[in-house]
Amino acid sequence: MRKLLLCPPDFYGIEYEINPWMDRNQGASMPMAREQWQGLHDKLKALGCPIELVQAKPKLPDMVFTANAGLVVGNQFIRSNFRYPERRGEEAHFEDWFAQRSFEIERMPEGLFFEGEGDALFCGETLFCGYRFRSDIRSHRRMGELLKTLVISVELVEDRFYHLDTCFCPLPDGGAIWFPAAFDTYGQRAIRKHVRGLIDVVPEEAMHFACNAVVWERNIVLPAGCPQLTTSLEAKGYQLHPLPMTEFLKAGGACKCLTLFIPQRV
Amino acid sequence: MFSEQIELRGHIIDSLILPKVLDEILTNGGTFTIREITIGKQRHDASYACIDVFGPSPEVVDGIVRRLRQHGAEVVEQTTVRVAEAPADGVFPPDFYVTTNQQTFVNLDGRWVEVQPATMDCGIAVDLKTHQARTVKFSQVAKGMLIAVGHHGIRVMPVQRAIDRRSVFEFMASSVSSEKPKSAVIREIAAEFKLAKEAGGKILVVAGPAVVHTGAGEHFEKLIQWGYVNLLFAGNALAAHDIEYALFGTSLGVYLDKGALADEGHENHVRAINTIRAAGGIREAVSKGLLRRGIMYNCIQHGVDFVLAGSIRDDGPLPDVVTDVVAAQKLMRSKLDGVTIALMMGTMLHSIAVGNLLPASVKTICVDINPSVVTKLSDRGTFQAVGLVTDIEPFLRELTEFLAQPASTAAVREPATRA
Repeated sequence: MRKLLLCPPDFYGIEYEINPWMDRNQGASMPMAREQWQGLHDKLKALGCPIELVQAKPKLPDMVFTANAGLVVGNQFIRSNFRYPERRGEEAHFEDWFAQRSFEIERMPEGLFFEGEGDALFCGETLFCGYRFRSDIRSHRRMGELLKTLVISVELVEDRFYHLDTCFCPLPDGGAIWFPAAFDTYGQRAIRKHVRGLIDVVPEEAMHFACNAVVWERNIVLPAGCPQLTTSLEAKGYQLHPLPMTEFLKAGGACKCLTLFIPQRV
Repeated sequence: MFSEQIELRGHIIDSLILPKVLDEILTNGGTFTIREITIGKQRHDASYACIDVFGPSPEVVDGIVRRLRQHGAEVVEQTTVRVAEAPADGVFPPDFYVTTNQQTFVNLDGRWVEVQPATMDCGIAVDLKTHQARTVKFSQVAKGMLIAVGHHGIRVMPVQRAIDRRSVFEFMASSVSSEKPKSAVIREIAAEFKLAKEAGGKILVVAGPAVVHTGAGEHFEKLIQWGYVNLLFAGNALAAHDIEYALFGTSLGVYLDKGALADEGHENHVRAINTIRAAGGIREAVSKGLLRRGIMYNCIQHGVDFVLAGSIRDDGPLPDVVTDVVAAQKLMRSKLDGVTIALMMGTMLHSIAVGNLLPASVKTICVDINPSVVTKLSDRGTFQAVGLVTDIEPFLRELTEFLAQPASTAAVREPATRA
């Protein structure tokens, strides 16, 4: 059975600025962050998701965003190579966690940036991978070789949507939620060609990280403040669970960034 | 022109990375040739493309390559061209690189050196001391000469294509038909002639005796007088019949003004040749006042350079005719520098011979009454050829009429090409 990996926000905080959302002068409220993270944890548990926890480490405030730890397919953990030195300390901790649980560890060649599930999402049989701000497109080629799957590389062009999971969220029926303006025209064409049933997110809701949702069977857990998307997904028979995510949005993350599927693909 | 070779790997077709990369090259002022492409057969198979990127300066190429790197392009290590010694005079080494009529570069110790001139069906002689490379025909190969072999370290530059709108040289390319709207095409050709003249490009005319037989000589003379002919390649026949007409008023014994046969007219061209032979040559006949009109007379008077190449069916020939074909070919090649337009009229074999000497960048116009000749001439592997199936006289008449018009009415357009 699939599980979700979460990391408690014990050392979370806005301690550096590596994306346009982060502003050290606009720090996150720690009690609120803990409450919001706990809310997500409890909601997912209530929906029946088995949850695993990795222990948070000091001086690694973004370790809470487990989606960027790597990509899990079957028993394989493809470990991330973070672009920013600020996050590279997370790599060993995640690797240890998976190694201790007998996962096969795959590493990208050194210097080849890859930020895990944040930039790699299966939609149907196809793996969609984002590049430019964080992951290097050459890591996609390696993924295709490792996983023997079709990889569609899409360029991200809006720096507020720096990971694929901030602007693209596959749905179990083969469709996806997406914010087209986050992609260049070639990426938009490639996605339209390969995904039937795309649901566009309006800019205001995209800025609330509407696409950064956790999809568990017919349940969708997403940040609050996305009424239009909620309506259109409910019309398709999904149960929507909006949660406050304000403190994590300050670091450029929300529901999906806080979770990693084990495995994303069996 | 500067260049860099890049490789792309992965699912570059489904992700539209390949078209994106090619578009980026063009929109950033470069051009490209796809050297190799392998498309994956299965859904998850990766594809591969090897692309030569060209630009007008190293900065442009570097800028493009920097952009392409973020789309996964990897720069291919440059390898120096391989060379081998020619085993004997007139013999290339095995595996020698055979040139096309497109601009070609060889890599000599990390530097891309242009091979000059761009001529098809030649080898490339490399001088490692002076860092020069030139195309050489069999006749120019000397034993021990270093000749490029294999394909490594050799790049072919694509011909520039117009981007604003399709010029006559593109929309007519290789589609030869007597049904084409000739007047519009001839107007465009006139505009190209004017542009070439303004830009200082040389116009080459390759003409057969039909120019004289059809009575088009007077129009051709106008082209010469107006400065639209810089170089004439022809055979003995064009000059002989032109001079026959100048001296006797006939071409192959037919009065061009009356269309009637002259008495004993068949002798006229032989007598004309004899007159010139007695004078010592065409130039001498002009200076002695014996030759006072016609195409060749105008060439002499207006300083138009010409090469008359001989053939086995020539009468005479005229003293100016170069009868050694290898020498004639060499002489013709030596005069092609700066030619931007080649107008070929009414001579199949001579035109094909010249077509083989021309770089692909030369705009070529082929005019003949026989469609198969025009097809053969247009289909010389050049991107910029226009063929017209028509009699030469009406073609030249109309061309001179358009050229006589002021620029605004002759559809002059700005040359807009990508570097």
